[in-house]
Amino acid sequence: MEINYRLKKYTFTTIIHLFLLVVAVSCIYPLLWMVFSSFKTQQTIFTNLSLIPERFRFENYYLVLTQENFGRYFLNSIFYTGSVVFSIIIIASLAGYAFSRLNFPGKNLIFIIFIGAMMIPTPGNFVPLYVLLNKLHLRNTPLGYILCMISGGLPLSIFLFKTFLDKMPQELEDIARIDGCSKLRIWWNIALPFAKPILGVVAIFNTLNVWNEYLLALVVFDSKHLMPLQRALVVFRGEYLTNYPLLMAALTITTLPVIVIYLLFQEYIVRGIVLK
Amino acid sequence: MKLRQVLEDYTFILPAVGIFTIFYIIPFFFIFRLSLFEWDGIGRLSSATFVGLANFREIIFRDSNWWRSVGNAGWITFIALTFQNSLAFLLALACSKRIALRGVYRIIFFIPPILSEIVVGMVWRFIINDVDGANIVNRVLVCLGLHQFVRAWLSDPNTALNVVALVHSWKGFGWAFLIFLAGLQTIPREFYEAAWVDGANSWQVFKNITFPLLVPVIILVAILTILGTMQSFVLIISLVGGELAGYTSVPVLRILWVMRNSSRFGYACALGINLGIILVVASFIQYKFFKKVRNLI
Amino acid sequence: MKSIRAWILLSGLFFLGCSPPEVREKRIVIWHWMTDRQPAFQELAERYQAQRGIQVDFQLYAPSEAYSQKVRAAAQGGNLPDIFGVLSEKRDFASLIKAGYILDLTPYMEEENFAWRNRFFPQALAVNKFSPDNTYGVNPGIYAVPIDMVAIAMVYNKNLLRKLGFNPSQPPQSFEEFLNLGRKIREEKLQGLVSGWGELWLIYCFAQNYAFNIMGKEKVLATIRGEVPYTDSAWIEVLRLFEEMKNSGIITNKVVSMVNKTAEQIFANEKAVFAFNGSWCVNVYKGMNPDLDYGVMLPPRISNRFPLLVWGGAGSSFMVNAHSPYREEAVKFLKWLTALEQQSYLVRKTNNLPAIKECREDLPQVLVDFSRLLEKSTHPNSWDVWELPLVNETLARGIQAIVLGKKTPQAVAQEAQRVKERELAKKSN
Repeated sequence: MEINYRLKKYTFTTIIHLFLLVVAVSCIYPLLWMVFSSFKTQQTIFTNLSLIPERFRFENYYLVLTQENFGRYFLNSIFYTGSVVFSIIIIASLAGYAFSRLNFPGKNLIFIIFIGAMMIPTPGNFVPLYVLLNKLHLRNTPLGYILCMISGGLPLSIFLFKTFLDKMPQELEDIARIDGCSKLRIWWNIALPFAKPILGVVAIFNTLNVWNEYLLALVVFDSKHLMPLQRALVVFRGEYLTNYPLLMAALTITTLPVIVIYLLFQEYIVRGIVLK
Repeated sequence: MKLRQVLEDYTFILPAVGIFTIFYIIPFFFIFRLSLFEWDGIGRLSSATFVGLANFREIIFRDSNWWRSVGNAGWITFIALTFQNSLAFLLALACSKRIALRGVYRIIFFIPPILSEIVVGMVWRFIINDVDGANIVNRVLVCLGLHQFVRAWLSDPNTALNVVALVHSWKGFGWAFLIFLAGLQTIPREFYEAAWVDGANSWQVFKNITFPLLVPVIILVAILTILGTMQSFVLIISLVGGELAGYTSVPVLRILWVMRNSSRFGYACALGINLGIILVVASFIQYKFFKKVRNLI
Repeated sequence: MKSIRAWILLSGLFFLGCSPPEVREKRIVIWHWMTDRQPAFQELAERYQAQRGIQVDFQLYAPSEAYSQKVRAAAQGGNLPDIFGVLSEKRDFASLIKAGYILDLTPYMEEENFAWRNRFFPQALAVNKFSPDNTYGVNPGIYAVPIDMVAIAMVYNKNLLRKLGFNPSQPPQSFEEFLNLGRKIREEKLQGLVSGWGELWLIYCFAQNYAFNIMGKEKVLATIRGEVPYTDSAWIEVLRLFEEMKNSGIITNKVVSMVNKTAEQIFANEKAVFAFNGSWCVNVYKGMNPDLDYGVMLPPRISNRFPLLVWGGAGSSFMVNAHSPYREEAVKFLKWLTALEQQSYLVRKTNNLPAIKECREDLPQVLVDFSRLLEKSTHPNSWDVWELPLVNETLARGIQAIVLGKKTPQAVAQEAQRVKERELAKKSN
């Protein structure tokens, strides 16, 4: 009996591990393809079928990094992504907390409007946004772009915070209130720490959004020194000819910071809550 | 005093509502208004002609290309909701237990969402396609002796959409995985410990503790899946190369085509609103569905 | 703590938001989408500054869809640059003109006894010109300047042709010969004809080329005007060509899932014998496979009744913003850009066909062959009528379906005619 049980348990665990492994390999292969292709040449990238190139052309990375203004674009992207994500976390968690725990007239209506916004895609909204930014003298400025991106990420982030904070036990709040905490302090000291997992999700989601965003940046910005990193990729993805190895190198460089951000924030998600 | 409290509450949502109203609501009304006009998007706004609901009537009664694209997107979404999310759920379950290397898996599973859609399309095209790729899938089939299954996956109208759905699920499951994991982490361990002490087996624990507590998260993931998948299009362009005579047409591609090729900005706005209505309805149905499931268990 | 962070953030944003107002020195700003030409353009800009002392700023916005969005938004916001190009149909070009954004260049073209105008090949100007009774509703005149030309025809791989037992300097002249190659090509496990037929306009171009061959240009124009239905037997014959091509194996159904870049890659890798592509491919193939040995040919004709015409005309054109404070300077720059020396430079650097007649630069043989085909070319943007985009799409998608084996030529013709009648009825309401 004992042996049967052990056997069952081991086969079960092995199957799970196999399953996880297969999925993991399929996830990692494309990343490896991208990275290794960045070391190939334009000719061999499609003809050489093996993952590993014959010769590692490190020059590709040099070519990409010394691209005109590459450093500036990189810093711009970091700045835009950082400010947008930071602002959204503050603004959306404040609003999410309000929708979840506070009571004020019009609460449900306003929340539904946010949700509805999340669901209705607005194609061609570049045109009205452009005209609007122009009128506000915010076109071709970082502030204008950042505000647009914040606005884009708000509905989902608010929705996530609100849904998550709904599950916060009332006792936590009551204890704080008895202790004489203002609503703002409750938000800062209780709600935010509780919402750490979803904060991680919101951070990652918005990071990806802003970091990979390209079209709005192109429409809003005229000055080269304000453009984000995606702009640098354009040079490799020509109208008629795509320089694949350089593009892969540029994409690898572009993907690295996001992976770093993800590694940082996924800790938040996993740490979970600690019940006092 | 009451007024002061209400004002205090409003300050919480003030920054959000402020920014949102300026940068979303105003453009939205612009688009909404334009959907009632016929405008080419290029000339002066005054050259737009008012047509009332004619655009919407045309969408509903005469635009078969549009409904076809909606159907395609619906199919991809269906696969995403079932295959992708179940996979993500199982993986999240597995990784929430104490399994070796679970930290590594967490990182690896999120790599597909991090990659840009263009890269994902290119890589999978390379793997699957035979003419300009490595044709790995077909080769493996031949190795296994399954010759009859070999085909041109990406250009065969019968299989192209399914391949797109699979690749899309591959890219998307990382998100669902992450959110499910976040949800699983919030279930206090005491609940599980109490259940073990009471002698419940795994299935009962799942049915009575894990699942009911996760229903809000499941609803969240379902709605996010619908919203994200119905609006995707970049993947299709880089994987298949276009609408493939309508077999891999999706709504956003149609909207872009209308804007670019037929220069009917007003009609494109109407299509966008139409898509929005569909998404709202679909999300609502998901919500009701899962609430019912929760009540049944 | 939090408030300090918030203040830092806010002040940082404030400083960056308030960049000093841009001082508008005398500077010509040009928006374009041609990634491959940016280095060449920048070099020319420097030369112009050295010669005339005026700064020229070529700003690249790519890919082309994003570029179009930017131009569209800028038009609405009143922020168009001094010089820019328009990528889409002539209809959109006409809209921009009617809205008053584009400077009429006719007076400049007519100066000094048409000096500027006579520099160009007539086809290059044709797509930028509106004739006296055009149906676009635009005042007749020339509104943009072509900077290069493009022709779309077939290329063939000489090595592979030799392998198939053909004389590489005599590619198949008739459609029959072309089809017969299909079986042999299949045996060699190669692709016959590749083209970016996942992009609808290329399919439509191919079909129209053969429409000219089968029924003549007049009848094609008549169909567009609505006088001849698409269900006419001549059109069904055109559509049936695709069916025959598929049956003979000269094309496979993969061709309708390719974007043009993929087709170019396949041809450059010598996996296809023929490709249907434009003269820009010379630069592309050179980058992908410099040793590629290929030639240019007219698509093999099926009928001898009418000539087969390919699409040819202006590649890219630049226009001047009518509201620009520097429009005179902008026109002068465009005149300079289309002078012999600059055109030769562009040809050398970017392997594109020049727009001016005088350019006798040592073109590579392939480009010379392309330029010869320009004599047998026309382009929809040079006509005064245009087909409704929905009809074009129905035709092109229908052809894709024919190649995939999902629809018959008759069904596609009927569908196209139905859509046409419906759209025409809407217009008259």
